[in-house]
Amino acid sequence: MAYSHGDGHHPPQSFWTRYVWSQDHKVISIQYTITAIVIGLVGLVLSNLMRLQLGFPGLVPFIDPAHYYQFVTMHGMIMVIYLLTALFLGGFGNYLIPLMVGARDMVFPFLNMLSYWVYLLAVLVLVASFFTPGGPTGAGWTLYPPQAILPGTPGDGAGIILMLVSLLIFIVAATMGGLNYVTTVLQARTEGMTLMRLPLTVWGIFMATILALLAFPALFVSGVMMLLDKTLGTSFFMPALMSLGQALGYKGGSPLLFQHLFWFFGHPEVYIVALPAFGIVSDLISTHARKNIFGYRLMVWAIVAIGVLSVVVWAHHMFVSGMNPYFGFFFATTTLIIAIPTAIKVYNWVLTLWRGNIHLTVPMLFAIGFISMFAIGGLTGLFLGNVSVDIPLSNTYFVVAHFHMVMGVAPILVVFGGIYHWFPKVTGRMLNDTLGQLHFWITFIGTYLIYFPMHYLGFLGMPRRYYAYENYQFIPPSAQVLNEFITVVALIVGVAQFLFVFNLAWSVFKGRAASSNPWGGTTLEWQTPDTPPVHGNWGETLPVVYRWAYEYSVPGEARDFVPQNLAPEGEGEGE
Amino acid sequence: MEQHSQPTAQDLSGLPSGWRGFVADWSSDQRAFKVSWGKAMMWIFLVSDTFVFSCFLIGYMTVRISTTVVWPKPREVFALSIGGVSVPLLLIAIMTFILISSSGTMAMAVHFAYLRDRAKAAALMLATAAFGATFVSLQAFEWTHLILGEGVRPWGSSLGAAQFGASFFMITGFHGLHVTAGVIYLLTVAYRVLKGRYEKSGNYQIVEIAGLYWHFVDLVWVFIFALFYLW
Repeated sequence: MAYSHGDGHHPPQSFWTRYVWSQDHKVISIQYTITAIVIGLVGLVLSNLMRLQLGFPGLVPFIDPAHYYQFVTMHGMIMVIYLLTALFLGGFGNYLIPLMVGARDMVFPFLNMLSYWVYLLAVLVLVASFFTPGGPTGAGWTLYPPQAILPGTPGDGAGIILMLVSLLIFIVAATMGGLNYVTTVLQARTEGMTLMRLPLTVWGIFMATILALLAFPALFVSGVMMLLDKTLGTSFFMPALMSLGQALGYKGGSPLLFQHLFWFFGHPEVYIVALPAFGIVSDLISTHARKNIFGYRLMVWAIVAIGVLSVVVWAHHMFVSGMNPYFGFFFATTTLIIAIPTAIKVYNWVLTLWRGNIHLTVPMLFAIGFISMFAIGGLTGLFLGNVSVDIPLSNTYFVVAHFHMVMGVAPILVVFGGIYHWFPKVTGRMLNDTLGQLHFWITFIGTYLIYFPMHYLGFLGMPRRYYAYENYQFIPPSAQVLNEFITVVALIVGVAQFLFVFNLAWSVFKGRAASSNPWGGTTLEWQTPDTPPVHGNWGETLPVVYRWAYEYSVPGEARDFVPQNLAPEGEGEGE
Repeated sequence: MEQHSQPTAQDLSGLPSGWRGFVADWSSDQRAFKVSWGKAMMWIFLVSDTFVFSCFLIGYMTVRISTTVVWPKPREVFALSIGGVSVPLLLIAIMTFILISSSGTMAMAVHFAYLRDRAKAAALMLATAAFGATFVSLQAFEWTHLILGEGVRPWGSSLGAAQFGASFFMITGFHGLHVTAGVIYLLTVAYRVLKGRYEKSGNYQIVEIAGLYWHFVDLVWVFIFALFYLW
């Protein structure tokens, strides 16, 4: 079951056990990553189809209102759950946790393998809903009842059922993986790797996984209840109502209950995506600025504080749903308090860059791009966290701009940065630098060009989730010019992502061979005896850790970094 | 700071104290908790599962409070007629007694497992599983009685609020699935204990891990019992 050196485990031999039914955390990570990227490309294409309709209404004939809503829903669901959550926890978490804490694998490799296959099943069920009669659900990614399961909403039959089933399956997968990640970080660290020596990447993924284990239950329960409402006709979320001129059999349920359960999951979900990004970006900045991270302890406590606060802010998504004013006050206050640990993190990243020996490599570009994107997207969060400002802005493009910058694009930039950073370790080859630079600049500038104008559209009162904007007196015609502009840029950025996919595919086979530690990193994953690391990661003996993860540019040292496992002067290698 | 004449005071002088010392102590070793991987993972899973049941129960309480239709009285709905006398909550009392008893046999099984008394440990686990199976059977009887006798359905009943049946079948059903899974889990481990699978390592912690799960399922039942039947 568990690895300890010399217990007679040998690497799997056949193709199938090695690459398909593999229990090796590195292979599982690659499987997770590829699956998430493939489904993410589907989400990307959906977003571009939406933009085509908004910029040039009626240009593409097959995008009718029903399809438009299905694209909105599926784009949101795919990006948040099946791409970002799966990629950060299943992809980065799987690869980096055992390597960074100095373990041979996750504590329960079989469960880990199961986690991937169950995740794949969830993705397949999701994809299957595209091919059912009526198509996938068009209820919006929040799936608010009563409309989500009633006729009139696209995909109200098999579409919504498959959506809910897929989510329930995903939660099972995330739980199996999450138990592994948390237990590995807590219980399977190598000698000398105290919690306060962990790289911030591990801290971010660790805290995000704890959040996932505590927040996904709420989604699970609301999914089960809605499934029962839909299939058995129970009335958990369904009040007595008329639909399309007919009185329905539902009576006495509470749609608000769904919103509370959903956002009790939904808000921590933002940090499930953001905390790994925070961690990874800390390591990228420190490594590529050749400087220790500023305020390591504060960074750790900020991650913990954000994690704790994130479970007591959920109702700020419901200011317009109606609630007791005291509740509004409470949730607005807790929401604004989150700005403190978050701002600490941003200051510490900037102070790490301050007077650093900055190498503008592609991972570093993405990391700096993240800081800019996150700080600006986060600022608009302060607007929306206040009840009185939120109410007029809610349901406008201001909200769309806010959350896409802060929890859509910002984490995706870190995903890119992380992949450019660790690709040499995973494959033994470098990604193409020119393509990477091109990919970064198009994505970074393009994102600003897409989302900055959306703030303005939001101030104009342009509502989100509308199929078309003709004949609305309060929207000036010039808004359409902006919409066209946004669409053109979105198409360019969309196409540019295929540069990245091409770069990945090309570099795996033709990329420049990488050394074992091309960026001069201190953390353990760069110190493996083999690149890419082989089964069991560490050869005969496990590494021993002597210091924290940020020993860069130490005066008097021969190199500008000191690996965590390098024995200090006068002490042997622990022999 | 008062000076204590303890011999170790000087050795500790370089170490952090106060809050920082607490954190340094807690996070200093290779493992945060002095337990095996399997036990740690079971505890973490149970915390997550606690949230699942909490959400179910909070959802149930919310719909019970917010519905405008009268809520059926559990005392009357769950009464059994014995010789023409209606005894409230009799069946549930028996079921609760059985499940709590099974926690006792489980604890004894853990005790004998650590003594490496395989026969007794396996027998007590089988007894626990039998209690669990009895519980599920009585639950099936209760469901049958409600569905066929009282006409309660997930989508409504003549007794009152539609959410009564919905919450009842959902929550007891989900708990019943947990008990069923626990019975299968216990049978598997008992079989392996009996076969001597853990003799080589001499490590019988798996019995305790299964026990953790079983006690958790019992504890959840106490909350369901209190919040659904006694309220």
